[in-house]
Amino acid sequence: MIDHLPALQVVIPLIAAPLSALFRPGRAVWLLAMAACGLSLLIAVLLLDQVLTQRVISYPMGSWPAPWGIEYRIDAANAFMLLIVSGIGTIVMAFARPIVEQRIRLPEYKQPWFYTAYLLCLTGLLGIVITGDAFNVFVFLEISSLSSYALIGLGRDRRALTASYQYLIMGTIGATFILISIGLLYVMTGTLNMMDLAERIPAVADTRTIRAAFAFLTIGVSLKLALFPLHLWLPNAYAYAPSAVTAFLAATATKVAVYVLLRFFFTIFGVDFSFGTMRLDLVLLPLALVGIFSASVVAIFQNNVKRMLAYSSVAQIGYMILGISLVSVTGVTAAISHLFNHALMKGALFMALGCISFRIGTVQLDRIAGVGRAMPWTMGAFVVGGLSLIGVPLTAGFVSKWYLIVGALEKGWWPVAVLVLVTSLLAVIYIWRVVETAYFKPAPEGRVVNEAPLALLIPAWTLALANLYFGLDTSLNAGVARTAAEMLLSVGH
Amino acid sequence: MRQYPIPRLVTKLLLPLILLFALYVQFHGDYGPGGGFQAGVIFGAGFILYALIYGLDEARRILPPWLLRIGVSLGVLIYAGVGVAGLLLGGNYLDYGVLDSHDPVHGQHLGILLVELGVGITVSAVMVTIFYAFAGRGR
Repeated sequence: MIDHLPALQVVIPLIAAPLSALFRPGRAVWLLAMAACGLSLLIAVLLLDQVLTQRVISYPMGSWPAPWGIEYRIDAANAFMLLIVSGIGTIVMAFARPIVEQRIRLPEYKQPWFYTAYLLCLTGLLGIVITGDAFNVFVFLEISSLSSYALIGLGRDRRALTASYQYLIMGTIGATFILISIGLLYVMTGTLNMMDLAERIPAVADTRTIRAAFAFLTIGVSLKLALFPLHLWLPNAYAYAPSAVTAFLAATATKVAVYVLLRFFFTIFGVDFSFGTMRLDLVLLPLALVGIFSASVVAIFQNNVKRMLAYSSVAQIGYMILGISLVSVTGVTAAISHLFNHALMKGALFMALGCISFRIGTVQLDRIAGVGRAMPWTMGAFVVGGLSLIGVPLTAGFVSKWYLIVGALEKGWWPVAVLVLVTSLLAVIYIWRVVETAYFKPAPEGRVVNEAPLALLIPAWTLALANLYFGLDTSLNAGVARTAAEMLLSVGH
Repeated sequence: MRQYPIPRLVTKLLLPLILLFALYVQFHGDYGPGGGFQAGVIFGAGFILYALIYGLDEARRILPPWLLRIGVSLGVLIYAGVGVAGLLLGGNYLDYGVLDSHDPVHGQHLGILLVELGVGITVSAVMVTIFYAFAGRGR
C-alpha cells in the first residue's frame, strides 16, 4: 500500500465525502470525517518523509505512463504543502463539530452535508497540490472552490450569502483565466503534463500565445490568492463564513493558490522566462508592498475582528508574494516558510475568535470588552497567535519575517526591509486594539460568559502551541522550506 | 396542467422513450458519442419533464428526495470504488486493466462501464435534486 500513498492522499477524503452525506446528523458522521482527515494527515507525513530522502515520487494514475496519463508528482515543495493542508484540515475538523451543531445556518437534518462540503474542499486542495498535470490543477481547483462557496454561504449572518456570491463571481473569473491559460499552453505544446510543459515551452516561449498564457495565469491565480488589488472578495467571505470555515480556508485556500503560482512560475515557465524575459518581479514587488501596507492600515480601522484579521490576511499574502518577487533562495524560502507559519497563526487566531463567537454570538470589537477575564484560555490562544502574527522572536511568525528581511538585505533593498518592519508595527496596533478591549475594558453589566468548551479550546491551543514550537524548532518551517526553495530555483541539484 | 390532456398524454408516451434513450446513451457511450454525463442529463430531464406536467408532489412520490440523496452519493462511490478495486487487485488507482484477471482489455471495458454508470447516477440525481430545490422554494 505504501506505493499508493499519493493516490490515497486524495482518494480517502474523496470517498469519505459522499459517505458522510449518507449519515444521520450526530457524532458518527463527524468521527468519519475526522478519521478521513487524520488519515490524510498521516499520509502527508509519510510522503514528506519519503520525499526528503528520495526527492521525487511519481505516481501514474490508472497506470498510464507520465506524459500521456495523469501523473501525481511529489517533491519537497508540494509534500510540504500537503502537510500544511491536511494538518490544518484535521485540526479544524476537530474544532468544527460544536460549530456545525450550533453556529451554522443549516437545518439539523442537513448537517452531514457540511462535512461533505468540507471533505470535498479538502480533496480539491490536496489534489491541486499533489498533481503533476496542469489540467488536473484546474479540475481540483473547481472542486475546492465550489465546495468553499457552499461552506462560506453557511454563515449565520445573511450577508454570508452575498459574500459567497461575490467570491463565486471573482473565483469563477479567476478559474476561467487559469483555464484559458492552460488551453493556450496546450495549443502551443500539445501536452498538459507539467514536466513535459517545462521541457517544451522554451522552444515556443517567444510567441504572443505563450505570453498571453502567462498573463492570464498570473491574473487568474492572483484573483484566487487575493493579491492586492484583486483581494476585494476576501474580507467579506472571511468575515461572514462560519468560524470553522474561516479558519480552514484562511489557513489553506489562499496558500494553495500561492503554491500554484510558485509551481507555474518556477517549474513550468521557468525562472528565466518568468523573471528574466517577462520581468514579473517588477509587477509583483510593488503590488505586494502596496498590498501589505494598505491592508494593514485598513485592518486597524475595522470594528469586526474577523474582518480585521481578513485584511491582515491580505497583508500576509503580500509578504509571501514579496518573498517570491525577490527571486532568490532566501526570498522563496521566506515565502514558503510563511505559507506554513501564516497557516498556524491565522488558524489559531480564527479558532480563538470562533470560541468567542460561540459564547457571545459576535466578534464586534465593542462587544468583546471584558472577554479576557471571562475566557482566559481563549484569549490566551488569541494573544499567542497575535504575537506570532506580529513576528515576535520565539514565535513561528518571526522565522519567516527574518528570512524576508535577510532576503531583502541580500539584494541591497533596505527600504523593503524597513517597510517589512514598519508594517509589523501596524500589526502590533491592530492586535493591541483587540487585546486592550478584551483585557482592560470592563465587561457590560449583567453579562455572564463562560470559558469555551474544551472541544473548541483544544484545537485552538494545539495551533497556538505549534506557533511557539515552530518558533524554536525551525527544521520544518525553515529547513524543509529551504529545500523546497532550492528545488524550485534548481540550485544545488 | 390538469386541464391540458395533450401535454399529459404526450409526456406519458414520451417518458419511457426518453428514459430508454438515456440508457442507450449510457451504455453505448463506450462505442459511440455519449457517456455517463449526457445520459444522466437525459435521464434527469425525463423526470423534470414529468414534474413540470404532473406537479412536484407527484414527482416526489415517484422519486423521493431520500432516494436522490443516496443516488448523489452512490455514483461518486461507484467511481471511487472502481479505483479502489484496482488498488486491491494489485494495480494503480483507476487501473481498469487488472479488473479482469484474464484479459486486460476486458478489464478496461468493465472499468469504464462502471465508472460511467457512477457518473450517470450522480448526474441524474443531482439534476433532479437541483430542480426540486428550485421548484420547492417558497412552499
